[in-house]
Amino acid sequence: MTAQLPALQVAIPLICAPLCVVGRSRRFAWWLFLLAALASLAISVLLALRVSREGAFSYQMGGWTAPAGIEWVVAGYNVPILLVVSAIAVAVAVYGYRAAGLELDDWHTTLLYTFLCLTLTGLLGLTITGDIFNAFVFLEISSLSTYALVAMGRRRRALLSSFRYLVIGTVGATFFVIGIGLAYAVTGTLNMADLAARVGAAEGNRALYAAVVFMVVGLGVKVALVPLHAWLPGAYAEAPNVVSMFLAATSTKVAIYILTRVMFTVFGTALVFTALPTGQVLLVLASAAMILGSAVACFQGDLKYLLAWSSVAQIGYIMAGISLATAAGVSAGYLHIINHAITKAAMFAAAGLLLARLGSVQLGALAGLGRRMPWTFGAIVVAGVGLIGLPPTAGFVSKWALVTALVEQRQWLVIAAMLVSSLLAMVYVGRLVEVAWFRDPAPVTETASPPKGMVAVTWVLVLLTIWFGIDASLPASLADSAAQALLGGGG
Amino acid sequence: MIATHYVYWVLFAIMMIGLYVVISHGNLLKKLIGLSIFQVGVFLFYISLGKVRGGSAPIISPTVQTYSHPLPQVLILTAIVVGVATLAVGLGLAVRIFETYGTVEEDEVITRSATDPADGVPEDSLNGGGGDAAQGDEA
Amino acid sequence: MSTEFTLVAIALLAMLTLTAMIISRLRGLYGAAMVAALFSLLTASLFVLMDAVDVAFTEAAVGVGVSTVLVLTVLALTHSREAVTPRNRRLPAVAVVVAAGGALVYASQDLPAFGSADSPIQTHPITDVYLVESQEDIGIPNVVTEVLASYRGLDTLGELIVVFTAGLTVLSLLGTLAPPEDCKPPGRFHLTDYRVIRIVSGLLMPFILLFALYVLFHGDYGPGGGFQAGVIFASGFVLYGLVFGLDRAQQVVPPRVLWLLVSLGPLVYAGVGVTTMLLGGTFLDYDMLNQGHPESGQHLGILVVETAIGLTVAAVMMTIFFGFASRGVTRK
Repeated sequence: MTAQLPALQVAIPLICAPLCVVGRSRRFAWWLFLLAALASLAISVLLALRVSREGAFSYQMGGWTAPAGIEWVVAGYNVPILLVVSAIAVAVAVYGYRAAGLELDDWHTTLLYTFLCLTLTGLLGLTITGDIFNAFVFLEISSLSTYALVAMGRRRRALLSSFRYLVIGTVGATFFVIGIGLAYAVTGTLNMADLAARVGAAEGNRALYAAVVFMVVGLGVKVALVPLHAWLPGAYAEAPNVVSMFLAATSTKVAIYILTRVMFTVFGTALVFTALPTGQVLLVLASAAMILGSAVACFQGDLKYLLAWSSVAQIGYIMAGISLATAAGVSAGYLHIINHAITKAAMFAAAGLLLARLGSVQLGALAGLGRRMPWTFGAIVVAGVGLIGLPPTAGFVSKWALVTALVEQRQWLVIAAMLVSSLLAMVYVGRLVEVAWFRDPAPVTETASPPKGMVAVTWVLVLLTIWFGIDASLPASLADSAAQALLGGGG
Repeated sequence: MIATHYVYWVLFAIMMIGLYVVISHGNLLKKLIGLSIFQVGVFLFYISLGKVRGGSAPIISPTVQTYSHPLPQVLILTAIVVGVATLAVGLGLAVRIFETYGTVEEDEVITRSATDPADGVPEDSLNGGGGDAAQGDEA
Repeated sequence: MSTEFTLVAIALLAMLTLTAMIISRLRGLYGAAMVAALFSLLTASLFVLMDAVDVAFTEAAVGVGVSTVLVLTVLALTHSREAVTPRNRRLPAVAVVVAAGGALVYASQDLPAFGSADSPIQTHPITDVYLVESQEDIGIPNVVTEVLASYRGLDTLGELIVVFTAGLTVLSLLGTLAPPEDCKPPGRFHLTDYRVIRIVSGLLMPFILLFALYVLFHGDYGPGGGFQAGVIFASGFVLYGLVFGLDRAQQVVPPRVLWLLVSLGPLVYAGVGVTTMLLGGTFLDYDMLNQGHPESGQHLGILVVETAIGLTVAAVMMTIFFGFASRGVTRK
């Protein structure tokens, strides 16, 4: 049965989703989502072990050999993503046991877990597929369920955020489809490995250049790379907190992965980075993202909006690493994907604790919470330090790797942007600390302390950021093998 | 060139009309209709790639010699269904937005949501008075 | 290309572009919706011209039928007149359109000529696999059905999940379907007062449902398949609901049953995949369903899968329609 693992990786969450609907019980739906997340994590660990022992392998869907059928590929470049997505899903499942009920009624909680199963299915399928149109289908599965999840936010603004996300996300997906169409017209195939082989023969083909541009722009929308980031703050901030935690840690990361996969293993560095100025353009946009994200975060009065804008900046860091197109750069990018996923999840988890206790995530309501909720405050401080990128957190490790990679390529302007962005991050994290510790508590009615499960998950994530800050061997080895798989063999 | 590629250019024009409607119009329902037009243009483009001169639909029959390619058709069947699913979700959101805001014009909705209270926090100088203004929504 | 083909193509493309421009300019949204239906019909005709008969079928059912009904239903629930587009939105839109359109025209220089038989798409080895080898391996004349349900069956499962998600999202947004008692048509005006409408729709319904089943099972030999069948089946019930009242329609198909049917499709489809894995093949390898005769396995797999699709698509379309319609009825 181990040969069937790739299919099971996606099939299990996929089957859990309609079962949640059939069960119609909030408790049953939660068990199903937890089961799906644990199974995904177990399978991704097994797949990771197999790849590290035997190298990349593929799985032919339906028994038809690619390119006539659809092929799934498990290799160094998608194993880290599978692990991150599944691990975050488990954290969200445990955290959500009580957290979901704070913001949603019973029926919507059942639907929440259904949509989370569907998003998990979409993200895992998108990561593991080796067929580019199949990638589009899974992208739409995850996107559609995300629109549904965002719309469940308790403020009415969640509806508008979800609608805007839907429109811009669908435009992005359609651009991606146009790119697929152009590439298909030139090569005649949809299989990623076959495309890579045929792209080499079609040098100088203008339709192929346009295909690259359309795919990068289309996926750039899903990645929320500046200037296509307009949907992100609203979507992350207005969604229920459990959803924000899951999305902020996974959805853009998987989009970055598929963008990387398309650029490196489908079109190849010769076309994307040498023939076209993609690398330079992306570096400029990444620098803009770093500065803009951190700068706007400084002016936010709502903690979740602050975290969302901080994510825009962090995506800039990841894209800067990837756009260097060197082994060091790509490895740094992957490292930051892993570390940021954990750090952001920890931050949103802490925000959820605040919501549970204070009923608000406005900065004004946080005044003096340092003394009232020391554990939560501690979590916010450590995670905030991780966002800035100071030792001994994981954020420091990946930023250091990124700076090293940038120095290697002499990208001084990007390093300057990173510096400015980190300083700005100090400002907004400092602001948080200042309000929470040095202000007198605001007269806000409090409820009982947040459930132990939520606190535990928050602290597990926080401790993980510290552990990976001190001993980064696991993320580093995953990141390095990913970079090798992308740049070395090409799939 | 024109004789062999005119089909593509007309389809690109249709795509661009749809894209223009999506970006420029503020009415949420009009945006969704524009999105459909944009997507249909892309579908027609794919199908045009598979067409073979003198071919026939890919239903195997002893009387037919040439077939148009089946793969673009399969892809577009999937894409049409994904498109209508997205339309249904978008329409559901539009109905809810209308019920809570009283309008389906995007600019109006943003104006009305700017005066939303934050979640019950007392006025504080930190927040610039009254919680989160719409600053978070803008790029 | 023959001259008749070129003439028809040019005529259709011109009408299509004109219609798109009209939709863009119309501020009365009821009009825009109806012209959009015309747009979809022209698209379906163009699909037929380009030999994509299954796609034309789906576009006609989905684009002309479902989309138009949904937009009209929503227009009834909201305002139907659009405000004037402010100037400052037009410039960025023009910029994006010029950039994207320019890139596409630039790309078209290296695209194969329209209708060429030696383009990369036509000469790729999988063309032979689909058109020739499939007849030995599966043996169904409609190649599109073969590719959709078997060769690329995973994409179709994904598509079904998308439909499932959309149905659930509409339910999540608009609430569970109102019980039939709350859905009585308001006022003294009923469509059933018109004898012609009442009698003709009553006569049509069984034929519509039968046609849907025909499309489902005949999809192997001609245009058709699960999606088209599901949409047509749902449209029968939508007709019933429109004419005889939402409460009567919901008595025929109670929300609880719909809820179950919506979930059944993905479970059956994924279940087939899991079964084939247990029987020793990979996910969705229908050969395993009948070990001695792989083509029979393929036939069985395709039949089960198409039925699952039809079931869920019908249920989701009905759920979506009832969801929107009951919103309008219960609000009054």
